[in-house]
Amino acid sequence: MAFGVRLHVWGERACFTRPEMKVERVSYDAMTPSAARGILDAIHWKPAIRWHVDRIHVLKPIRFESIRRNEVGSKLSPGAVSKAMKAATTDGLWNLVDEDRQQRAATVLRDVAYVIEAHFDLTPKAGDEDSVGKHLDIFNRRARKGQCFQMPCFGVREFPAHFSLVEGDEAMPQPDAALTGARDLGWMLHDIDFDQGNTPRFFRAHMQDGVIDVPPWHSDEVKS
Amino acid sequence: MSAITHRYEFVFLFDVTNGNPNGDPDAGNLPRLDPETNKGLVTDVCLKRKIRNYVTLDKGDSEGFAIYMKEKAVLNNQHAIGRKAVGLEKETADELKKLPKDEAKARELTAWMCSNFFDIRTFGAVMTTGVNAGQVRGPVQLAFATSIDPVVPIEVSITRMAVTTQKEADEQSGDNRTMGRKHIIPYGLYRVHGFVSAKLAERTGFSAGDLGLLWQSLINMFEHDRSAARGEMASRKLFVFEHESAMGNAPAHKLFETVVVERLTADADGPARAFADYNVSVMRDALPSGVTLHELL
Repeated sequence: MAFGVRLHVWGERACFTRPEMKVERVSYDAMTPSAARGILDAIHWKPAIRWHVDRIHVLKPIRFESIRRNEVGSKLSPGAVSKAMKAATTDGLWNLVDEDRQQRAATVLRDVAYVIEAHFDLTPKAGDEDSVGKHLDIFNRRARKGQCFQMPCFGVREFPAHFSLVEGDEAMPQPDAALTGARDLGWMLHDIDFDQGNTPRFFRAHMQDGVIDVPPWHSDEVKS
Repeated sequence: MSAITHRYEFVFLFDVTNGNPNGDPDAGNLPRLDPETNKGLVTDVCLKRKIRNYVTLDKGDSEGFAIYMKEKAVLNNQHAIGRKAVGLEKETADELKKLPKDEAKARELTAWMCSNFFDIRTFGAVMTTGVNAGQVRGPVQLAFATSIDPVVPIEVSITRMAVTTQKEADEQSGDNRTMGRKHIIPYGLYRVHGFVSAKLAERTGFSAGDLGLLWQSLINMFEHDRSAARGEMASRKLFVFEHESAMGNAPAHKLFETVVVERLTADADGPARAFADYNVSVMRDALPSGVTLHELL
């Protein structure tokens, strides 16, 4: 833990969508390393660093809730935008939501709290002015003050994630008694490999007394 | 207009009297309930829809305030005549498949969309451009609204003195009465939290003027959203926390904790039926330094 950080995050709801159930979203039982990285990125990130999530501590019992919402079925097409730009008018460039309706249910987590343990590496993009200490200081300062680039969220932006820094000598928040014991969470998304054409990579998530050990990104346990 | 340079959070209170603020498609349009606490819910997208509709009414066709996610009901107010419309239905399949592989081109498209459409500048949008620049994350983030106290929806049966089809009339041998149902909440006070990131505003060009319009739409959106189902809805309070810096000066949850909404104890044994049954207090002493509180409503 030379340049590791610990961040306590909590919120009302969360939706870490399983890739195999994306249309009617169903959340994983716990936060994925990818979502944890996103939360860290929302507080501090530069192209010079890359966050690695080492451990995720689940603090609250795992509970679900279903929410059905009206959503739209299509995305903006760039072709239509270029045409509108050429014509220099926005007429006709819109999406009629009541004609393009999809009602989708989402099975989301309720009342979540986690501690993210993570560290970062410097990437090839790091210049002379980037040092481990500098970025660690920036992150700690921001997390301590509640500063962020954007409000971090639990999987989707409507579920904001409140956060506070767990200082080096501070005791860890204790997980709920219901989480005692070993639990196999099955195959879980580790992260997306952006260097290899956005390939998702998975690992077998085991929760021991509320703690999920995340294998390193390049270990054999992580499969794509 | 240049982008905003401060981070903001806001606490917004609105209430409903004898109406349904947001129906649940899973429960036959009953008002949404949190099954664990029986508190009422209003989704983020429900409020965003109202903000979009308000901006359409307020700004009409003025440049830079078009709305991408339209409701047809609002379309009727548009008088876009005499310009060459770029209909989406005229797109050929080939044109739709052509994605700008070139990142600069994609950025140009995104920038143009942001400068023309208020809702894309504010909430973001996903464009199928296949490069990162085609996804816009808007600066404004809204959470779910939750009622302060548990709400009890009431099912109201109503009758109609007419039928739709001749067949129904024949079946009823000329009585021609049908029954319908409405679901209402006698009273509910809802609280919602929102976030505005200055850093994301830089990327979409969300300006101080846009921010003012956002506050305005929160304050006035229910005034233009009257309907048989809604009952009486009203914006009650809007507290805006302004940070000195773009990254922020205090954790959001600490700011939200300074706004306390509670039942007045005098008559707290009965159900709340009006905004006057609640007391909204702000612990101004607990405000962290570097954060200013604006009470806009």
